[in-house]
Amino acid sequence: MPAIFHYISQNTRGERLPPAEMAASLVLVLLIAVTVRAVLFRSSLAEIIAERVEVVSPLNGWKRVVEGLALLDLGVSPYSGDVFHETPLVIYLFHFVIDYSEIVFMIADAITAVALYLAVQDYNKIVFRKQKYTLEAGRYPLDVVELLRTPKEMMYIPIKVAVFYLLNPFTVLSCVAKSTCGLNNAITALFILCTIKGSALLSAIFLALATYQSLYPFTLFAPALLYQLQRQFIPISIHSPRFWIFTSQYGSMYLGSLVVITCLSFFLLSSWDFVTSVYGFILSVPDLTPNIGLFWYFFAEMFEHFRPFFICVFQINVVFYTIPLSVKLKEHPIFLMFMQIAVISIFKSYPTVGDISLYMAFLPLWHHLYRFLRNIFLVSIVLIACSVLFPVLWHLWIYAGSANSNFYYAITLAFNVGQILLVSDYFYAYLRREHHLIHGLYLKKKDGTEETLILK
Amino acid sequence: MAGAVFGMLLLFVFINFGSLPIKSEVSHLDGEQTFSTSKVSTEEVHQNQVPDTSYHHHRETFQDEERADPAELWTSPESRSQQYETPLVESQVEEGGQSEAPATRNGLAESGQPPKVNDRFQEELVIRPLLSGDVYSSFQFRTSWDTDLLNKQKKVSHFRLFPKSLGQVISKFSIRELHISFTQGFWRTQQWGPPFLPAPPGVELWVWFEHTVQDVDTSWKELTSVLSGIFCASLNFIDSTNTIQPSASFKPLGVANVTDQRFLRYAVLPREVVCTENLTPWKKLLPCESKAGLAVLLKSEKLFHSSFHSQAVHIQPICQDLQCKKTSWELRQTLSIVFDLHATGQSKREWSLFKMFSRTLTEPCPLASTSKVYVDITETPKGDDMIEVAPAVTLQMHAVVLGDRRKYMVYDLMTPEPYGSLRSLNILLKWKLQDSEEMLPPILHAERYVGGYGLQTGEIHTLIYNNHPFRAFPILLMESVPWYLRLYIHTLSVISKGRENKPSYIHYRPSKDRQYPHLLEMLVQLPPNSITKVTVQFERALLKWTEYPPDPNHGFYVSSSVLSAQVPSAVALDANHTTEGPLFTNLFPIMEESSYFMRVYTEPLLVNLPTPDFSMPYNVICLTCTVVAVGYGSLYNLLTRTFQVEEPSAGLAKRIANVIRRLRGVPPL
Repeated sequence: MPAIFHYISQNTRGERLPPAEMAASLVLVLLIAVTVRAVLFRSSLAEIIAERVEVVSPLNGWKRVVEGLALLDLGVSPYSGDVFHETPLVIYLFHFVIDYSEIVFMIADAITAVALYLAVQDYNKIVFRKQKYTLEAGRYPLDVVELLRTPKEMMYIPIKVAVFYLLNPFTVLSCVAKSTCGLNNAITALFILCTIKGSALLSAIFLALATYQSLYPFTLFAPALLYQLQRQFIPISIHSPRFWIFTSQYGSMYLGSLVVITCLSFFLLSSWDFVTSVYGFILSVPDLTPNIGLFWYFFAEMFEHFRPFFICVFQINVVFYTIPLSVKLKEHPIFLMFMQIAVISIFKSYPTVGDISLYMAFLPLWHHLYRFLRNIFLVSIVLIACSVLFPVLWHLWIYAGSANSNFYYAITLAFNVGQILLVSDYFYAYLRREHHLIHGLYLKKKDGTEETLILK
Repeated sequence: MAGAVFGMLLLFVFINFGSLPIKSEVSHLDGEQTFSTSKVSTEEVHQNQVPDTSYHHHRETFQDEERADPAELWTSPESRSQQYETPLVESQVEEGGQSEAPATRNGLAESGQPPKVNDRFQEELVIRPLLSGDVYSSFQFRTSWDTDLLNKQKKVSHFRLFPKSLGQVISKFSIRELHISFTQGFWRTQQWGPPFLPAPPGVELWVWFEHTVQDVDTSWKELTSVLSGIFCASLNFIDSTNTIQPSASFKPLGVANVTDQRFLRYAVLPREVVCTENLTPWKKLLPCESKAGLAVLLKSEKLFHSSFHSQAVHIQPICQDLQCKKTSWELRQTLSIVFDLHATGQSKREWSLFKMFSRTLTEPCPLASTSKVYVDITETPKGDDMIEVAPAVTLQMHAVVLGDRRKYMVYDLMTPEPYGSLRSLNILLKWKLQDSEEMLPPILHAERYVGGYGLQTGEIHTLIYNNHPFRAFPILLMESVPWYLRLYIHTLSVISKGRENKPSYIHYRPSKDRQYPHLLEMLVQLPPNSITKVTVQFERALLKWTEYPPDPNHGFYVSSSVLSAQVPSAVALDANHTTEGPLFTNLFPIMEESSYFMRVYTEPLLVNLPTPDFSMPYNVICLTCTVVAVGYGSLYNLLTRTFQVEEPSAGLAKRIANVIRRLRGVPPL
């Protein structure tokens, strides 16, 4: 016991950067990110990037936003065709800022980064406080010292998260292509910030906005609810009336804002066409333009009479994990949130690299799980290799004609396997660390040899 | 605090939402105004007025309602004495030989009929030698019938000359107008000049329904199935994905006061191949079929050995008299062929009816009231005689056809004169010039191609040429693009003479996947002597594997775009001719001569789409499901299991030993 206290007290006294210096480094990162984007916007690469199927999907391509505005100018409803699938609020936004779109997308990225930075900062404080209380209560086994988090290590996490988001090539590409995925990420990040800051109303509003934008984030309701219950020390039990009161409060705030936003959209264009054109499009997957996801080739090759069945299976697959994950991770809502965002961005119907960049921004937050990751090296290699091979095989198929669709499809498969392994690896590491925090790190067998942990 | 912010946001949005410029329908734009006359057909515009007679001057040929049926004039003996006749192809005629006595008609047509005949049949053939040495022959058969097919109370059941199959179709589906054309090959406007009846390659069908029709789409679907039976064509492939409702390009040609586009359906099947099986049912619609008259020339073995073949059926209501109190139905069957000099293996530029059709003419159709053959003997632009015609007849006529003065030699098959002593007419055309001479470029023509490379995106380029030296004129461009080429209308650019030429009217209906195609109509003013380039970008969709045709890498056809225009005629340009007439007639150019209506079809496009691998649906289903299962499996594994200390399992030998020890009653190892 004294050893632990010694260790902790030694590390808590570690040099701590004043907040001003942290803010300065955040500004520096922002400046670098904006410069990189501004340079790319001005270069000829911007046009090439904006055409890449990995970066833009039929849902969020900038070309389609411009098309929607052009249709409005012609006096045609943008939803009468099958090119425009943005929500009415987005078209309303760009109706005013179409000339400043580049700035809007850069600001959106900056907002995401700052929101994640603040959220992670706050979250880390809470994590550390909780660890301290547990430690003081003496509930940790003796040999877990090296698993405990230290302020020194945690200090750089917020800025690392910001860097991971802003300087991630996926984010940069997505921003330069002006994919509206950047806006969705900003909304999700603000939602996370509000949740962690404990503002239930704003959290519900941003969650409603995120749902309105891309439908799938409604599964984030569970982690947000769990986090806020935990924050207010409300026991998660169906017998507790406080649990039910808060759940219904938060739920009604969420549904209320969703209804308000939807009705607002109706009044903007005086028609409900956007519902089928946006959500129907997301759910029924009529556009089979290749992307990095699993849907396009599967449904291009699907037998027609099985199509509705498999559409249901694949869509249910996206939201299916919410409840079991919530049960398993009810004590760790932020990790649950990370898992949910990752699952959505892997299994959603029109994924782009922008979606991936959002959950990848969380990876520095799980820095302490690194020692339990089993195949992080392999997975990183797979992801990097696939990212490079995407454009190569696309070129071979579409332009050179020397390959066929199977080549590109194979890469999407490998890429998705890589992502799945990455996420499940982090999940495994998280669970394992929690196990060790309870049972001790170096478990010995009766005969004194080292134990091996297995999943049973 | 947060609530207040959100409330402010709401308020702001509510105040401003009205500013989004959504309009459900564009109704009256300048373009429509300008093009209200575009319903005037080629034929009507060409009811040319002969400058030195005041008789025809009061006739407003631009109004459909006042259109007189020229056939009326033919039946009465008084009109026979008139010098002005209207041939079926075009226009008013000035006959060269006025002294020609009215000949006795061929027996049946007059004596065998009851005195009151309310239907008439006319047939004619126009042969136009082309400068390239090819020959353009255009048949036209016109049946008109003074009856009301649409009357639901009094069903018409007795059909004489009018084909019963079509008559029943008209009354069943309440059709106002029906136009269908089957075309093999592409009309080369630059080499051949404008055709009498333009048609796009493949099958084109457009129908105006009566405004009493409740469900136009169902009627249209049924009608296409019925027509595909009548004409033995794959018209049943016409569905909502290739049907459009043009707002301005296709106005009724006959008598009509309903021009609501909801009752119009237009579809083109650019891939349809036209052959004998379509010709036979077409011929069967003729009163004499192919037994007598001009139709004996229509032998499929020759007709399809040509570089252009187009057959069409046009049904429309026309006025019975000048007051237009009653309407009659008119059926025009047209057939145009261009015989190729080189493809037929001829070395000499000599054509005859026998060489072209392997038949000669011996008699008119006994049921026909007129039966004529016109041979174009217009001089070359330089003024030389282009061909020599044998046998020569004295009857000649001048006419303004498609804005150009033409001279025709007329063979009236009702008279014995053309047959000569051999009792058969074999018109011989012999070119005087041996080299191809450059034709004057047509005033309006257009071409189209796909730009870009790769299978991701592309551009449709349409080049529209206005070769008129000093007059600008507007054209209506209509593009119908299938849904799998996703057009981006914001990339539309119209450039004339290096400058942006903004269309004054745009009607655009974006496509809906697997439901309906893109429709783009626009009114563009073409500056004189210019090339206008219309460009629009598109994206190629990846389709489901079952949506590809059996030869997916052949590509997908995009139907021709349609240009409709009032083209200023070349006659008005010609200073020599205008000086011939009396001076008082040409201070102001006469409307019909100064411009004429023309429709130009561009080339259909052949576009490749990216294809999936058709051979491996099972593999794809298995592999993708495997990846999903990997995701599901690994999460399931972590969700349901817990970490446990591994109990080292005993080896096989030890276990066996333990079993034996237990049997022996000895404690296990």
